[in-house]
Amino acid sequence: MILINVKRDLFPHTHSLQDMRQQPSIAAKVFIQRDYASGTMCQFQTKFPPELENRIDKQQFEETVRTLNNLYMEAEKLGGQSYLEGCLACLTAYTIFLCMETHYEKVLKKIAKYIQEQNDKIYAPRGLLLTDPIERGLRVIEICIYDDRSSGSGR
Amino acid sequence: MRDCEYQQIDPQTLTVPSVPAVAVPSITSPTSSDVLRPQKSTHKLRRKWEVFPGRNRFYCDGRIILARQSGVLPLTLGLVLLTSGLFFIFDCPFLVEHLTRTIPAIGGILFFFVVISLLQTSFSDPGILPRATPDEAADVEKHIDNSGSSTYRPPPRTKEVVINDQVVKLKYCFTCKMFRPPRTSHCSLCDNCVERFDHHCPWVGNCVGRRNYRFFYTFILSLSFLTAFIFGCISSLTYSTVVELVICFFSVWSILGLSGFHTYLVASNLTTNEDIKGSWSTKRGVEESGNPYSYNSIISNCCAVLCGNGGTKLLISFIVQLCMALPSIDCCKYYDNKSVEVNSENCPLPFFSECM
Repeated sequence: MILINVKRDLFPHTHSLQDMRQQPSIAAKVFIQRDYASGTMCQFQTKFPPELENRIDKQQFEETVRTLNNLYMEAEKLGGQSYLEGCLACLTAYTIFLCMETHYEKVLKKIAKYIQEQNDKIYAPRGLLLTDPIERGLRVIEICIYDDRSSGSGR
Repeated sequence: MRDCEYQQIDPQTLTVPSVPAVAVPSITSPTSSDVLRPQKSTHKLRRKWEVFPGRNRFYCDGRIILARQSGVLPLTLGLVLLTSGLFFIFDCPFLVEHLTRTIPAIGGILFFFVVISLLQTSFSDPGILPRATPDEAADVEKHIDNSGSSTYRPPPRTKEVVINDQVVKLKYCFTCKMFRPPRTSHCSLCDNCVERFDHHCPWVGNCVGRRNYRFFYTFILSLSFLTAFIFGCISSLTYSTVVELVICFFSVWSILGLSGFHTYLVASNLTTNEDIKGSWSTKRGVEESGNPYSYNSIISNCCAVLCGNGGTKLLISFIVQLCMALPSIDCCKYYDNKSVEVNSENCPLPFFSECM
């Protein structure tokens, strides 16, 4: 309850349920696949899909994917913090994970927020919607392309 | 851009679950069903793991995951508890009296590590990859049909990628309808694709994969120390110590051997699956292993395998469980129309599945 109410206060332009009847339907979906060149690290291909040509700037899109790749690299980075976490976890038989949020989880939250932000500012106004890759098991970035509802003619 | 031509989609209404899907899973998560329930809903919301097509079983609201067959997990647990119990009850008083109090303390710590890591290995998500949505599967099929080189035709349903100058073949999984990421394998017992699949361990009743490998390693390491410790502390021959002796004698060799083997695997960043199949074997020549995932340094490999972002807490595995792919985010179907057939396949929310 609280979650939705806060959102409604912060974003007063939220549609009501009745408005949702006018929600556009999905014309197509594009899937940005994983790029395995650097091994099992989570990276996505920055190749611009042709279906998005009329909808968004190539550079904008590549910028989004590159930022996501950097964020995932940051999440999986093996540095001092992950070693420290690992050692601490090992000493406590990993029970520390029940009360502590790992670095990876923190970055995942950051990624979710970034995607939300990108959707709000850039993609939704263009009739596109990014889906957080975690919702697809970190396999693809799913981009929904919505129908162009411009008056009269379809595209 | 022509953004004025498009009806503005309010991401809040369409992707409401995407933030809660990460932030909400917690002890209070049962209440999130109230949060996400649409106002005019007369539908019962079900959680994703309740409609998960694999053969796993879920308990505690999706926080605990077990394979369909728990294998001999009860036996493993029983043996550990029996041996340790006999040790603490019968041997420790004698040892405390004649030697030192630290013996039961050390035994207690080892026992704690063994039981906790066993339960973690058994009940956590090994790194299950959710199955592809119909849309995603269709997209992959489309690309398979379109691509194809003129010179060399690979066998159908494989894709080649180059990782660290090595060519790695990715196989298509017909059950999960996707190309398996590198090091992923499909477990027929659990009917899931598991990331960094090591093996399916009947002793713990679960697959061992990326997310629970460190628990498994801790388990076998601590178990080998515990069995060796109990074996070494046996000082007299009574009925209870004979039982302990027999159990420890037969298990210490196999457990120590297994620990040694997995230490080697950790040091070379290999999985049991790869080692058995000889994926990166010495057939490549005199040079050292062709393993493209190895950091070529024992310390780096150990750190990567044991301290990597794998086995995080159950909440992550809960999220992975929740991350069931969706065929379409069509909120009209969801919010609006009772007459549309909404089932677990086309539910738009990654968090809940709606059933009529």
